[in-house]
Amino acid sequence: MELFRYTAHQLHSKLKNKEVSAVELTQAVLDRTDAVESSVKAYITQTRDTALAQAKAVDNKINNGEDITVLSGIPGVLKDNICTKGVKTTCASQILAKFVPPYDATVVEKLASQDTVIIGKANMDEFAMGGSTENSGFHPTHNPWDVNVVPGGSSGGSAAAVAAGEAVWALGSDTGGSIRQPAAYCGLVGLKPTYGRVSRYGLVAFASSLDQIGPITRDVTDCAHVMNVISGYDAKDSTSINSAAPDYTKSLTRDIKGLKIGLPREYFVAGMDADVEKAIYKAIDQLVALGAEYQEVSMPHTEYGLSAYYIIAPAEASSNLARYDGVSFGHRTEGTDIVDMYKKTRSEAFGAEVKRRIMLGTYALSSGYYDAYYLKALKVRSLVKQDFDKAFDKVDVLITPTTPTPAFKIGEKSNDPLAMYLQDICTIPVNLAGVPAISIPCGFSGKLPIGLQIIGKPLGEETLIRTAYAFEQSNDYHNRLAPLGEVK
Amino acid sequence: MEFPEHNDLDGEIMKITRKDVETVALLSRLEIPEGDIEKVTGQLNAILEYVDVLNKVETANVEPTAHVLPLKNVFRQDEVKPSLPRELALSNAPEQEDGYFKVPKIVEG
Repeated sequence: MELFRYTAHQLHSKLKNKEVSAVELTQAVLDRTDAVESSVKAYITQTRDTALAQAKAVDNKINNGEDITVLSGIPGVLKDNICTKGVKTTCASQILAKFVPPYDATVVEKLASQDTVIIGKANMDEFAMGGSTENSGFHPTHNPWDVNVVPGGSSGGSAAAVAAGEAVWALGSDTGGSIRQPAAYCGLVGLKPTYGRVSRYGLVAFASSLDQIGPITRDVTDCAHVMNVISGYDAKDSTSINSAAPDYTKSLTRDIKGLKIGLPREYFVAGMDADVEKAIYKAIDQLVALGAEYQEVSMPHTEYGLSAYYIIAPAEASSNLARYDGVSFGHRTEGTDIVDMYKKTRSEAFGAEVKRRIMLGTYALSSGYYDAYYLKALKVRSLVKQDFDKAFDKVDVLITPTTPTPAFKIGEKSNDPLAMYLQDICTIPVNLAGVPAISIPCGFSGKLPIGLQIIGKPLGEETLIRTAYAFEQSNDYHNRLAPLGEVK
Repeated sequence: MEFPEHNDLDGEIMKITRKDVETVALLSRLEIPEGDIEKVTGQLNAILEYVDVLNKVETANVEPTAHVLPLKNVFRQDEVKPSLPRELALSNAPEQEDGYFKVPKIVEG
């Protein structure tokens, strides 16, 4: 098997046993990128030289007999809304096309402390608004399982890079499903941690009460290793949870005897793809065979989650994106006076979806409409959260599809914002409630992967990893590789 | 800024009219090209009609959730620490002069 196809923990053994050097590994991933990037287009920026220098430093450590950690020397990619000192961070927006952050995000500092190799910044929907990576201000990304379909979004570049062998692991961000949905569409493992578990310092804000950074990896073991590096309290993020993060690899056991699974009937919606439904029920049978118990639960406010989200997220976005005014950083278009300069700058450099959400959010927050839309949505958010609290009185985890259908064709939904939003129906309530959830591969519809979503209690990442690992180890979906080699 | 209470366009009750869209665009510091206003109005109406389902939910005795965590203010010691060097802070500025951000004239006179 080619080097770029292994998981991080497998490659770690190869580095430690000196079967391969870190420079050889990084070069293998860069060569793979050269071979397939023109069909995938996962990257916005590649950082080849620094990646090779980082790899060389790891080789020096190994040769000096120093200890290395699991992610040392393993090439990964960061979603391009995570600030990297001295390396362009664009959010896939023309307004930040030339923005070079003067500081690193906390997660980037943590990764650097483990001597990871960062080979670039991944494409995304502009400012993480979208579910297909078609809203990138630069170019769409293609799904390595079928280049005519979307990789999902907004972390579509991160997921496509890992699925195509252009990176071994990735970080994404998830505001309404943006890690889990692309992981599902690309046959990968994607975890959205509990709100506050991973520092948001240096993550460019979209909807601050919902955003969370998390890993996209090829298996659950790698997910646990990346979580070990990025989790924990950060004084620079006022919403960071002030408790120590556990060692997530301790949850890589296959023991789920007596685990109580809840199946929320409201998530099995009309319009769900038949293959998806079949795969989810088969997964539940498998988990039951492994010793879990399941029961149906009711979460009656589920159907209102999407509507509450599409008020709350644009409202927060309209406020967060007010900073792009052409003054202290980012693009500027000259105007006749300052207001004209603001308007021209923002109109020229923001894409259509970003403008649509800014307008929707501004409307929902405006005088006379605040109570009817924004306040109402916040109250419904409370009810959505209560549904989770009540369900978790009875069960340990909830199981749902990650998305109602497999990945769709490029262009299929780009003219219908509402149809695009409906893809988020199973993932959005999780962000509203702030709880953690993981998506793992659980089957195929034709050649396209299907994702299983496991939702946990607040700070229940260990139970998620344990459940996901038990499931993963009882099937071979995670060992299948995107058939990209044949694509020209 | 207030919006008209009743919106009526082409004989249909609209959530948001063309005029509202122009007002929201100004508040958002965005310019919508004349030819796109109709389309944008239609898209915003479709979304607002969809989220109207929220009105079916009884929320009279429900507290709003702006944040899932019990947030409290975070304090730190008031210590002098090095800050971002001025050149670095200005390094992304579209225009600068004499160590300051440069903007179009704001005050007349």
